[in-house]
Amino acid sequence: MSAEALQIETVKAQIEAAVPGCLLEMVTNPSVCAQHSLVVAAKDAVAVAEFLRTADGLKFDFCSNVTGVDWPAKETVAKVKVKKLVDGVETEVEETQKTVTPGYLEAVYHLFSMELKHGPLVLRQRTAGHEVGAEVASLTPVWKSAELQEREIFDLFGVVFTGHPDLRRLLMWDEFVDHPMRRDYVDPDDYEYEPTAHDEILRRAREHAAAAQEAGR
Amino acid sequence: MSSAMHPAMDMAAERGMQLSPAGESGVQLLEVSMGPQHPSTHGVFRMDVVLDGEKVVKLKPVFGYLHRNHEKIAEKETYLGNMPYTDRLDYICSLTNNWAYALAVEKLAGIEVPERAEYLRVITAELTRLQNHALLIGFLMQDMGASGTPLMYAFREREKIQDLFEALTGSRMMSNYMRFGGCRVDAPAGWLAEVGKMVASFPQFLDEFEALLTGNEILMARTQEVGVVTRERAVNAGLTGPMLRASGVNYDIRKVDGYGIYNRFPFRVPLGEHGDTYDRYMIRVLEMRESVKILEQALKEIPDGPIQDPKTKPRNFRPKVGEAYGRIESPKGELGFYLISDGTGTPYRYRVRPPSLINLTLLEEMCLGHNVADIVVILGSVDIVLGEVDR
Repeated sequence: MSAEALQIETVKAQIEAAVPGCLLEMVTNPSVCAQHSLVVAAKDAVAVAEFLRTADGLKFDFCSNVTGVDWPAKETVAKVKVKKLVDGVETEVEETQKTVTPGYLEAVYHLFSMELKHGPLVLRQRTAGHEVGAEVASLTPVWKSAELQEREIFDLFGVVFTGHPDLRRLLMWDEFVDHPMRRDYVDPDDYEYEPTAHDEILRRAREHAAAAQEAGR
Repeated sequence: MSSAMHPAMDMAAERGMQLSPAGESGVQLLEVSMGPQHPSTHGVFRMDVVLDGEKVVKLKPVFGYLHRNHEKIAEKETYLGNMPYTDRLDYICSLTNNWAYALAVEKLAGIEVPERAEYLRVITAELTRLQNHALLIGFLMQDMGASGTPLMYAFREREKIQDLFEALTGSRMMSNYMRFGGCRVDAPAGWLAEVGKMVASFPQFLDEFEALLTGNEILMARTQEVGVVTRERAVNAGLTGPMLRASGVNYDIRKVDGYGIYNRFPFRVPLGEHGDTYDRYMIRVLEMRESVKILEQALKEIPDGPIQDPKTKPRNFRPKVGEAYGRIESPKGELGFYLISDGTGTPYRYRVRPPSLINLTLLEEMCLGHNVADIVVILGSVDIVLGEVDR
């Protein structure tokens, strides 16, 4: 498989040369398959994608898999030794320090080349937050294959893809308000209950039976 | 509005009802909701179609009637516990689903698969391909109005394959057969010989099937130049599998990745020229013939030996932190699994790349300008299973 032969550092350098001023960050994958990825800023995403699709020697014409990942805000507690004045004497005291890493949503693209038969190259876009700024650039104008998959991410994760031609919910119904694939999603406890015409008819039937019993029939 | 062409329209206009605008042909546009309960949609799939007379002017697919959030369920389940769930994605091809998931986990954790298990995987996957393609052609003919006969022929062959699956895995459809680093059980005594018999008789069925269909005038009239996809569009829209190769793109993941032991098999990749529905039919027939060749070779070469990597402990399976994307050539296209591990026993993220859903990306483009009856044929040639489309 030529996937491993493709050096992600060289791809990164090529993109940086072709798209001036673009912000790229490499994320190493500690797994044995070593599918490392590149995080691209939303403002450069379309230009980078277009370059990857057309550049000689890269030709990532096939955007196979598009998906979302939710990384909630993390709170890490660390014990730190601090020197303090206690009763006028300098002593070492242990203090707990809390640090909160802000969370974000991620859109992950797995790119392959049908022409040169290599891949995957993993491209990632990250949102600023979960509610405010949950936006990334849509790559549907570059790869049509992202259309339904980006709609699915919008539906299940709540990532807004700017520039998407038809951004609607895909799997959940339009009136649904939450995003079920988020880590903090809570299932409704009454999802089995569906108010239907049936319930109203049953109520009337019970009333009817009660009235009949009262009349002694 | 006085241009109404039908007394009912005049009546509607008199009562002040809003009429939809007229199309190019002068007739009022008609909006039809095909599905979700429609026999030709192969399940609960809906298309909102706008018709100008018989001609399709707009088509919007509507998904989600079978949505059960498979991916969310998987994030609460152990790695091994997810294996039976994969059977229920594309329930015609549960064995290839098993393989794709096992392959992704093996990539994530770096697991080796013993030789005999690799051969068993190839044999079951190619039998699955035979069954899927035969059924698809049967259903396609059914959609076209060839009521019964071709479908029953296909089901007869599928029945033989399902008997083999039952003997091997204990279940006809929900196989739950593959494990990380191997397979669950070895083939029972005499099973490989039974497969050999089935494979030997299959070309005869194909000849019979083709004698009925390939040169059939009605089939050609209904499928040639219908639902054409060009090479460029097919690649850009991420079509995979027979859909892609019918448009002439030489991309078979069995060849490109050579996953498992596929690079030992010198099979050919059939390609289409026109990208129309007829080519999509033809590609499947030819692929079945290649699968028969692969099966013959695999049955001849399969060695004795263990079927499970002894180092892998599936019951307390905790892969190291990391992520992996594994994909195979399922009968419907590229079936991929994307897994992120956080070091615990359940996947942090579990994603299925469903070929059935992504192959529907171009459905509207394929149907525009064709008659309403052609939608049924075009959709039939895409080959979807709603268990996988909606997940």
